[in-house]
Amino acid sequence: MRGFAGDAIRRLRANPAAVLALGVICTVVVATLLGPWLNPNNTETLDWLHVAARPGLQNAHWFGTDRLGRDLYARTLAGTRVSIAIGLVASILSILVGVSYGAISGYLGGRTDQAMMRIIEILSGLPLIFFVIFLTVIFGRSESLLFISIGAVGWLTMARIVRGQTLSIRQQDYIAAAVASGASSSRIIARHVVPNVIGPVIVYATLTVPQIILFESFLSFLGLGIQEPGASLGTLIAEGVGEMEAAPWMLLVPGSFLAVLLLCLNIFGDGLRDALDVREG
Amino acid sequence: MPATLCIDELSVSFAHRTGTVEAVDGVSLRIGRAECVGVVGESGSGKTQLFLAVMGLAGNARVRGSVRFEGKELLGATAPAINRVRGSKLTMIFQDPMTSLTPHLRIGTQLAEVLVCHSGLSWAEARDVAGRMLERVRIPEPQRRLGQYPHELSGGMRQRVMLAMSLLCGPALVIADEPTTALDVTIQAQIIELLRAMRGEAGTALALISHDLAVVAGLADRILVMYAGRIVENAVAAELFRQPRHPYTAELLKCVPSLSGPRLARLPTLAGQPPQPGDALQACPFAPRCPRAADRCRTERPLLTGASTSQVACHFPLS
Amino acid sequence: MNEPLLQVRNLRVDFGRQAALRDVSFDLFSGETVALVGESGSGKSTLARAILRLVLTKQGSVEFLGLDLLRSPAPVVRTQRRNLQIVFQDPLASLNPRMSVGDAISEPLKIFEPQLNAAERRQRVAAMLERVGLSAALARRYPHEFSGGQCQRIAIARAMVLHPKLLICDEAVSSLDVSIQGQIINLLLDLQRDAGMTMLFISHNLAVVRQLSHRVMVMYLGRLVEIASCDSLFAAPVHPYTRALLAAVPQIPPVAAATPLIEGSPSPGLTASGCAFRDRCPYALPLCASSDPPLTELAGGHWVACHRSHETLNPLS
Repeated sequence: MRGFAGDAIRRLRANPAAVLALGVICTVVVATLLGPWLNPNNTETLDWLHVAARPGLQNAHWFGTDRLGRDLYARTLAGTRVSIAIGLVASILSILVGVSYGAISGYLGGRTDQAMMRIIEILSGLPLIFFVIFLTVIFGRSESLLFISIGAVGWLTMARIVRGQTLSIRQQDYIAAAVASGASSSRIIARHVVPNVIGPVIVYATLTVPQIILFESFLSFLGLGIQEPGASLGTLIAEGVGEMEAAPWMLLVPGSFLAVLLLCLNIFGDGLRDALDVREG
Repeated sequence: MPATLCIDELSVSFAHRTGTVEAVDGVSLRIGRAECVGVVGESGSGKTQLFLAVMGLAGNARVRGSVRFEGKELLGATAPAINRVRGSKLTMIFQDPMTSLTPHLRIGTQLAEVLVCHSGLSWAEARDVAGRMLERVRIPEPQRRLGQYPHELSGGMRQRVMLAMSLLCGPALVIADEPTTALDVTIQAQIIELLRAMRGEAGTALALISHDLAVVAGLADRILVMYAGRIVENAVAAELFRQPRHPYTAELLKCVPSLSGPRLARLPTLAGQPPQPGDALQACPFAPRCPRAADRCRTERPLLTGASTSQVACHFPLS
Repeated sequence: MNEPLLQVRNLRVDFGRQAALRDVSFDLFSGETVALVGESGSGKSTLARAILRLVLTKQGSVEFLGLDLLRSPAPVVRTQRRNLQIVFQDPLASLNPRMSVGDAISEPLKIFEPQLNAAERRQRVAAMLERVGLSAALARRYPHEFSGGQCQRIAIARAMVLHPKLLICDEAVSSLDVSIQGQIINLLLDLQRDAGMTMLFISHNLAVVRQLSHRVMVMYLGRLVEIASCDSLFAAPVHPYTRALLAAVPQIPPVAAATPLIEGSPSPGLTASGCAFRDRCPYALPLCASSDPPLTELAGGHWVACHRSHETLNPLS
């Protein structure tokens, strides 16, 4: 897709904020992957000599330690890894399910569309936290439950957006031309509808990732998400809140990681939308 | 008598990813008092950009040259000075009447607003004048129309409203950019008839921009033909149709199918396509498609030469 | 007289409460070019889409090569689509912006000739591109890289790649520059002649229509008001609307209209009863308000829907 991708990339490059944001995101990702090599401290080792130690580069523990003496640097990086992974996986799931659902619903129209939209509306109406708590009570806490409940959130809005886009392009001449050429509905949806709604999908996906990370952090903060000794930014923040006065770095380190990550994802998402939305002048 | 509009070496250029693009390239023209001038060209000829620059609506483009309206320079004038003139003495009608009127304001309000801003009338007086102007442009039930919204009017009606709006303050020049292109044939004929009736009234000059030579034929005293941002021919209308001097004009006239001529097995065509802003051009931009092109045309730019009502930019004009 | 290729009978299409097509019936015969003229609201584009089953038809039938297009099940209709193609008005909008030109042209091949392998398909696409006057190397480019005229050639290539028996051109040259129009029309005429194809040419441009059609059908507010051979229609139009339409076409050099110009614009509200043209017709009678004139044959092949078609109507003084 020489034309559109090339132009979009060029426009993105001309946006300093988006480029910077992308740079920061990449740095964070690289850091989470390579970080353990820089500082060999383990996420689980309890260092009784340095309990609740302050951060400092000259120490063994760069970001300090928590109440149990676990290295905050390692745990923060591990937590960021988990949060990003959940964000990515849930986004991909929501894209796959949401795009298919929305495109089919929007293209077929009529009663099928009405029925499919009712389902979305019902699911949207469910209070999500109660839903998650309910599932936790029944199935007990587990990471897969976390993925399921987050997945249940993500695809709804994506489906709505894709349906809206599909409704607007359904009237275009090239769709009529495809029907006149004898293409079946599935072929039209796959080859004509979906490629043309990808723009807003990509943009929304990059803006969904921070939402998902935030939601996961919230669940973990409430104790419904990642369990000990695993770490996510949410659990780390939850612990940090408890130690706010005595050991503020326990909140500040994971908190600032989360804040920076979300900020950069949002800035990049905005930049991506600007780059993709402008039509050739 | 000073010309109403006097354009000298006007150039309009845009920044493009491949470099600077000249939409209008060194255009000079004059429109006299109460004169009706047709500006004809295909896509990429620059005819719309030319007059958008005159109206100060050229957007991000870089505009160089001189545009004098009733003796006063418009380019580089202060915003208040331009706004005094725009909409009152120098007005424009656009192609698409669907989008030229504000959808959420009533017709009466939009018309009255022009008068209130420029002529200092009260709203009540302005509505009166607006109602009378709607009558002049032959809109039936003008009082009822004042209270309607744009979407309640048909395309032809909306274009009449636009015309009324442009005439409210007694302009010296009305620029009409493809005013009938979006309209049906029968409605187009009505608008052309209306423009013919209005022409010359109160000394109003009309600049009629169109790609349709036949529409222009019915109205213009003089016709300018544009190609690739330049004027290639300027002639009195009757002369232009009887004896075009520029090869492009001649070929274009041949391409226009007529209702009265013989039926042909194949339509006459002009090979290639009109250059778009940004295309690489030879010295004479028409050379690649010209049946009379010679080496000189590819290297030396032909300048617009001749008397004020008979000019042509060609090394080998037809005679 | 050979069997008609396309038979349309009593077609009716409603958009909400407004009738876009009212009781439209006509035949198309193999090898001819029939023009469909009318202004906005006439229903000519709706007719094209109704034939292709792109809009819902309330009543009526469309028989193409013996198959009832409107009542047959969708998969059966789909198999006939290879013989019935369309070219739209806006060339750029009719091409999928995310699909390369070569893919767009080869899609009908993938659907109807699945036995071809990729190389064979590429060959057919290349041949088609050359046939419409474009270089085969352009197959990998995307629509936005082409001009309007070139896009229309690509759309024509896509429509012709399966050698359809009927091609509908819906204002196919209306958005093109004058100097390009002739090129596209000549291309259509060449393709038609080579393939013995039938063409339904929808246009509001009467001068263009005059140059390329055998027969002309005139529509007004959803009904056919006149059908005649091209020569007859332009030399001696009968229906008052046709006469007004011809009088309204601007000419070079300008001619004073012999018939007075009609005022106003089409009133869709009048389609409920009587002749829908009566509010603008200089020859209207009280009869026209109560009775909608049927399309009746005057002389061989010349049909008119007007109560006064037998009189010689002069311009009113």
